[in-house]
Amino acid sequence: MAQKEALQELTTAEYKAGFSTDIEMELAPKGLSEDIVRFISKKKEEPDWLLEWRLRAYRGWIAMTEPKWANIHYGPIDYQGIHYYAAPKARPKSLQEIDPAILAMYDKLGIPLQEREALLGVAVDAVLDSVSVGTTFKKKLDDLGIYFSSFSEAVHEHPDLVKKWLGSVVPYNDNFFAALNSAVFSDGSFAYVPPGVRCPMELSTYFRINAANTGQFERTLIIADKGAYVSYLEGCTAPMRDEHQLHAAVVELIALDDGEVKYSTIQNWYPGDKQGKGGVYNFVTKRGKALGKRSKVSWTQVETGSAITWKYPSCILQGDDSVGEFYSVAVCNNYQQADTGTKMTHIGKNTRSTIISKGISSGFGQNTYRGQVKILKGAANSRNYSQCDSLLIGDKCGAHTFPYIEVNEPTAQLEHEATTSKIGDDQLFYAQQRGLTPEDATNMIVNGFCKKVFLNLPMEFAVEAQKLIQVSLALEGTVG
Amino acid sequence: MALLEVRDLKASVAGKEILKGVNLTVNPGEVHAIMGPNGSGKSTLANVLAGRPAYEAIGGSVLYEGKDLLAMKPENRAREGVFLAFQYPVEIPGVGNAYFLKSALNAIRRYRNEPELDAMEFMDLVNDRVKLLGLDEAFLSRSLNDGFSGGEKKRNEIFQMAVLEPRLAILDETDSGLDIDALKVVANGVNTMRSKDRAIVVVTHYQRILNYIVPDFVHVLMDGRIVKSGGRELALELEKTGYQGFEARAAAAAP
Repeated sequence: MAQKEALQELTTAEYKAGFSTDIEMELAPKGLSEDIVRFISKKKEEPDWLLEWRLRAYRGWIAMTEPKWANIHYGPIDYQGIHYYAAPKARPKSLQEIDPAILAMYDKLGIPLQEREALLGVAVDAVLDSVSVGTTFKKKLDDLGIYFSSFSEAVHEHPDLVKKWLGSVVPYNDNFFAALNSAVFSDGSFAYVPPGVRCPMELSTYFRINAANTGQFERTLIIADKGAYVSYLEGCTAPMRDEHQLHAAVVELIALDDGEVKYSTIQNWYPGDKQGKGGVYNFVTKRGKALGKRSKVSWTQVETGSAITWKYPSCILQGDDSVGEFYSVAVCNNYQQADTGTKMTHIGKNTRSTIISKGISSGFGQNTYRGQVKILKGAANSRNYSQCDSLLIGDKCGAHTFPYIEVNEPTAQLEHEATTSKIGDDQLFYAQQRGLTPEDATNMIVNGFCKKVFLNLPMEFAVEAQKLIQVSLALEGTVG
Repeated sequence: MALLEVRDLKASVAGKEILKGVNLTVNPGEVHAIMGPNGSGKSTLANVLAGRPAYEAIGGSVLYEGKDLLAMKPENRAREGVFLAFQYPVEIPGVGNAYFLKSALNAIRRYRNEPELDAMEFMDLVNDRVKLLGLDEAFLSRSLNDGFSGGEKKRNEIFQMAVLEPRLAILDETDSGLDIDALKVVANGVNTMRSKDRAIVVVTHYQRILNYIVPDFVHVLMDGRIVKSGGRELALELEKTGYQGFEARAAAAAP
């Protein structure tokens, strides 16, 4: 799918949907309370069961404390200083108001001017095609019986499905950030693929109306029914301008017998400036359940953005012969910190999981891999292969690896490999002596390092991801 | 015009002056050997010419094809045709040997406004050179120097040289760590590269390699200066007397 079409859809969506005046005026008072939760639920005209669910989450959340075990450091977050329901904030009127560093990045990524405006949330009044690309796709999906909509829409149109699966993978009280999300989630995506249907296109938030306004507490639920297949793309290579510092999303994936969900992310939120000021805190709970026999859940992520990333896309391998995969590239430049990894929980027999994690640290970046492989009793003949590699660029950054393994089944087989390497001045000079620039050399080394993960991305995404990583590492002048 | 014209070159490493006024003229088609004891500045000379960071030219000049070599970035020196076979070739895990070399070759060709080679053309070129160095094809798909033996690394340097076809090749102690068979293979590779357009500078401690790569000129470098230049026979003389016999002359030449 051409990125251009996708972006055009994004702009169309915004343009068409607009914001009715009353929403624009709407702003809940700062802070979080039961009243605020009720207010949000009411605004969204939700059924009682969902309000009750949110309230349970809220009550759970107040009793919890923020997790501190991750290898990340940040100042206290004032949870009572946040508006939990707010209309879109004022948008910058022109590109002149945007940080020149971001614009420079757009240049390097080759994003056309009009698309930049859309991505940055600048008010766009370009005249766009009357027939939107999105509508065409929607028709195709409808014909196949695939539901793909915003979460709010799904609550009204497919309440049974939402009620059945919401919280079935990430319970409302799973962890501090998941509970917060469950209480106040704004919107997100919902996809359901019926039995035996193979979704013919990559689903992406771009093709969904109102994608631009899901806000900071996004909720995503994707279900592949028996024998169904769906591939979902989240994010965008271009940095999104974002006014919220705290993001706490929840993603739940479910695969029934012989079903498969493939979820790919490119996360490139504002990482903060070179001194480490500003930047998004990304505290996400992502988990998939391979519930059915021979089902499969696969995560691929390319994380280059955010000041802080706390994220462990995980798989619960419940069905016999089910498969879980995690492929990750995480980049930390300047003062970025990432504590990311995965959790593979083997419950069913003959379950298999693969973990390929590639961490790149540059500048003062600190990259942590944290992974857990847990083989429960009864998960006979389960297998896991883990590979965690770190690449250091410069000598002020860090890479950390915390693998946890818990095996309660004697027939299980596990393999773990880890390496750390460094792009040294010697390597750069060697490449230069052969006619390559230091940038070329760095890109070459980084691409070689990430290859195994990129291979798992949908093709156009892979090309973009490669370029994105080059830009995010080179932009700050770490080399050359 | 001389291909390389080094005039009163002074260079320092980490603030310490190593080259104290080197003069050297290399014409196309010539093979020069630069010999000297450890610490005399041989490798410094090779690295300064290639533009290695931390090797700082502090005086004198270097003209390459009439152009100021010292003003060029290292990658542009390479693109202009200066090749350094490293004393310690660097390992780059995850980057394939062939991929690296193809990128390098095409970067050089782009610089010279020559059309880039596609994968097929490149493989044709490479397969030819691989045989020359007695390497097998599996070697191409391995990561660059990663896990190579010392001999394989040195052969790889000469292989790269054979593919990139430089005008000026500087071999920095390419013979060190090679057994006699490997030395012959490497020397043979170098000899096939000899041509009237190309010059080769062999930097070495031992005269052994010069039995196989016969130089037109031999220079003795001591304490940062070339203290004697001569023909092939100078290397043989050195082998007999050792470097000590030259110490006095080096001292006498000092201001």
